[in-house]
Parts: sequence; structure tokens; C-alpha cells
Amino acid sequence: MLIGLLPVEGVAGADMDALESFVARHYECEVRRLPDLAMPADGYDTHRSQYDATALLKAALAVHPVETDRLLVVTDKDIFIPMLTFIFGQAQVDGPAALLSLARLRQEFYGMPARRELMLERARKEIVHELGHTFGLVHCADKQCAMALSINVTNIDIKRDALCGACARHLADRLEALAG
Amino acid sequence: MNNTWRILVVDDEVAMRESLAAWLREDGYVVDGAASGREAVEMARGAPYDIYFLDLKMPPGIGGIETMIEIRKLQPEATVVIITAYATVDTAINALKEGAQEYMVKPCNPEEISLFVKRTIEVKNLQRENQYLRQKLTRHYSFQDIVSKNAAMHAIFDLIKEVASQRSTVLIQGASGTGKELVARALHEAGGRASRPFVGVSCAALAETLLESELFGHEKGAFTGAVARKRGKFEVAGGGSIFLDEIGDISPKLQMDLLRVLQERRFFRLGGTEEIPMEARIIAATNRNLQEAVEKGDFREDLFYRLNVINIRLPSLCERREDIPLLVNHFIERLALEAGKPVRDVTKAALKLLMDHDWPGNVRELENTVERAIVTARGETLDVADFDFLMQSPRGGSKWNAPDGMSLAEIEKHAVESVLDRTGGNIKLASEILGVDRSTLYAMVRRHNIPR
Repeated sequence: MLIGLLPVEGVAGADMDALESFVARHYECEVRRLPDLAMPADGYDTHRSQYDATALLKAALAVHPVETDRLLVVTDKDIFIPMLTFIFGQAQVDGPAALLSLARLRQEFYGMPARRELMLERARKEIVHELGHTFGLVHCADKQCAMALSINVTNIDIKRDALCGACARHLADRLEALAG
Repeated sequence: MNNTWRILVVDDEVAMRESLAAWLREDGYVVDGAASGREAVEMARGAPYDIYFLDLKMPPGIGGIETMIEIRKLQPEATVVIITAYATVDTAINALKEGAQEYMVKPCNPEEISLFVKRTIEVKNLQRENQYLRQKLTRHYSFQDIVSKNAAMHAIFDLIKEVASQRSTVLIQGASGTGKELVARALHEAGGRASRPFVGVSCAALAETLLESELFGHEKGAFTGAVARKRGKFEVAGGGSIFLDEIGDISPKLQMDLLRVLQERRFFRLGGTEEIPMEARIIAATNRNLQEAVEKGDFREDLFYRLNVINIRLPSLCERREDIPLLVNHFIERLALEAGKPVRDVTKAALKLLMDHDWPGNVRELENTVERAIVTARGETLDVADFDFLMQSPRGGSKWNAPDGMSLAEIEKHAVESVLDRTGGNIKLASEILGVDRSTLYAMVRRHNIPR
């Protein structure tokens, strides 16, 4: 399996390095870091002062190499979809791509002192969550499972960066099917 | 799992429609999108959805409110959420007045929409469960489940219909397993009390003091252990029905208390001073001969007459043998489905066996017998062999009848096959059960060509 990691311009290289090694370790697969994606022209919404998740995903899918089985797009910008005030990330359930924003995972966003390790820990959980969706997993009722729905950072902090037994079994089946 | 719940997102803006649908899919719902009100109504007509998210303004064509009204005509129980970017008090009031369950202003907090969907699904789950249980209850306790072509039973059906809506006390007498509770429930379901509670109490199951507190309730501190006020069954039944099963077994003290309740139609909780009116209809049942108990002085005569305003005497299964084929087929239809077995029918020989059998446990025993046969059956048709256990069960006093047209050799073959089947082919165990030595059993197996 090959997972493509696509940073949107502006994500710190050191943060991407940390996330890349986590993805490779977690999925025990090949990870390819792709060149930074330029912010698409329609990506920024001046009215909301936020970035449009749908436009970002569309731009990412236009440039991603065909050989990647899954694509994880990472941005440092605060993202939204029209119906919601914000989202931490978005994925295509059973589809090829997922998007994660680091903006609201940072303590600074809430007026607190920066804690990079905490931000990376949250990012790891949300990567397992968003990529989980691309493998067909849906939200899990177990609050500690990475597939639990998070609507604030407190929810994320309760979770582990791993799946519960049922979700893990489902993922293993899907990975096996992909390999076969 | 959420994948049985269907959601339709209706918005003319593709980005809005697709992104909300994608977000809801992450919860496991089946989500579709429609670009206009007309498309939404057409989709609803094809396959209804559980929740509709409708944008208020959708030019051109029909807007969110009109779409909602059209969908409601097709599906009055549908949950509709009106969403808009231009919220005004007037549009909100109008949307809610026209029947929207929720009015959301976009963009809204993820928590708000997530909680709303979760709660709506929880309520819909309960409604679904309630509807299923109600249907099951109605099916189970309506006349449909009291299957009979017996004249005495038909007279009882007529009586049930006639008295169902009255308040008079009913006394149901019949041997164990004749369906006394079924008749009590049918009385409840057929009358004007059907939407109110049906409360059953087995009087023989509880000690005298416990039964008193169970029936009348108690106040806090009425006795040791009464740590809080508790409502009794008479109170819980409200304007419904209370079914007092095995009424013949209650103590003289409780007979007295019950008589008072029946005379005055009001009672006190144990240790209480507040008088509580008794609005429930009393349906009592017993397998004892109450007239005899009255003559012997075991049961109060005045209470007997109070209870025996309408009397229903249920015949035993032996008195209505002609119902056995009907009942067997009825049980096969219901129980095979519940057990997930493909059983559809019963052979004539097996039916004959069941008709000739004594049924001291009456219809309940017949039902259990058919259920056991279905669970262990291999084919689609129940045969004599599936009821082997009937011949093995010890039954003091009742005689065993050899199935008609079966030779001794055939009976021997069936007996050997069935015991070997039970022991999983273990000859040693089978020979012990059959009371023959192993060499004799081997010889029988060879003689009858029984596969092992």
C-alpha cells in the first residue's frame, strides 16, 4: 500500500516529518511525501476568513499521483464547509482522499501557550480518524477509539491514536482486501 | 449501526450539498443530495428518507417550505430541518409553524448539527421499536392468536367482543395452559382501554405481605425496607386493565382487602392516608374450581360473586381436539420464523400422533412441543421422528399410543435412529439408554440399515 502525504503550502517541514514517520509506522507501509500544494485561488473565503475544505480537496485530487492508494492532505489553515463554522478535517468515506487541518489542534488557537507535542499528538489521532474514513470506517461510539467523532479538542484529547477492537478488525479486513 | 437511516440534503449550491452529505456520511448514514425542491420530492416519492435538510431559498422552482409541505404529504412522519444563511424571526416562525422540527442558520456549530441528528435518530429508533413491539403485541394478543374452530371457543370470542368495553369484573377459569392470559389480553386489546396499561400480577408467585404492597403500593417507612414511596399495580394500571392471575391462591386477609377495593373502588397505599380511586378493570383468573373452594370455605363467597360478574370458562385442549391441526400450523408459521428455521408443514402421521396425545399442559404444552420439534428439525416438514421426545417424556398415568400403521420393526428402527442421533452416534451410550448390550445394538443397526 502506498499513502501519499500532501502538505498545503505553509505547513512546517518538521511537523510534516513527524507526521510522515507516524503514518509509515502506524500503517507499516510506504509513504511518499509529495511537493507542497499551492493554495488554490478559490481556497480562501474572504467573508469567513477561513479556507474552503472542498476547494482544497478538489485541488489536491487534481495533482495526486495515480499510484497512491490513499492521499492525506495536511494544512495549517483553519478550514470549513459551508454548513459548518469549522471542521478539523474531512474525508471521503471509502474514497481516496482525506484532509486534516492543524490550525485548531494548536493551543495558540485558543489563546494558550504553544505545545507542539500536544498538537502532534492530536494530529496523530486525527490522521488515524480521517484515513480510517477512507478505508470505509464510520464514527465509533467508543469515545476512546480514534474513530469517535470529535467536535472540540477535548473530544480529541480523550481519544487514543489507535482504533478500538471492532474498528481495528474492520480496518484489517479492508487492508487485506486492498492487498489482495 | 447508522446505515439503515437515510438522509437527503437539498440545496441548489453543489458545494454546500456535497460537503454536508460527506460530513454526515462519516457518521455512517446513507446520504443523498438533491439540487432542487422538485428533485427532492421526486426522490422522496421513490424511496422515503428519515431526515431531510432543506435549504430555505432555492431558486428557481419551489423553496424549502413548499418542498417540506410536499414531502409531508407523502411522509407525515419525516423529520425536516430548514437551513438558511439569511435567518429572520419571520422565516423561523413560518418554518416551525409549517412543521419543521428544526431551523438552522448556516454556518452552524458542528456540535449543534451532530447532536440534533443523534437525538433525532434516537427518537426514531424508539418509535421504530415501539411500533414493532405494538404490532407484535397486537398480533400476539388479538383474536388472531387464539386459533379455534371449536364452538365453545367461538362463543367466548363473541363474549369478549361484547364485554371488552365494559367495566365489569371478569373471571376466567380454565386449566393451566388453556390461554387465560391470552383471553385477558384480548379483552384488554378489544376494548376502549387498549391504549392504557395492561398490568399482570401472578398472585401465587408472591408472599402475602409482598403481594399486598405489590397490589396497593406503599408509603415511605410503611414497613422495614420501605425506603421510598412505591405505586402499586392498581395505581400503575390507571384506567387500563389489571390481570390477577391465580386469584384462587390468595390469603383470607387479601381476599378481604380485595373485596373492599371491589366494593368501594378506592384503596390506600400501605401506611398511607390518601385515598386513591381504582379505575382499572379487574380481570381475574384461576385454574382452581372456585365454587368448590367457596363450598369448602377456602374462598370468600362474597368475593367470588364480585369477581364472577362475567364468567369465561376455557375448555381444555382435549375438549377441542379438532383445533390441534389448526394450532400446530399456526405455531409452525410463527415459531419457525422466530427460530429462523425453514419448517413449513407437518406430515399427516405426525399430526395424528399429536391429535392422539393427551395434553395435560394444554395449548401451552402443544406450543412448547411444536417449538422443540422445530428447533431440532432438519427438513421443511415436521415428521413423527421430530416428535420422538413426546414418547420418551415420562408422563405418569398417560398412555403411549403407537403411531398408526407402524410395525414393531419400524418402531424399533425409529427408536434406534433417534437415540443414536441424540448420542451423536455413540454406541456405548445408546446401548445404555436403550437397555440392550452393544452387540445387540450393532445387530439392530445392521438389520435396519441405519447409517452411522
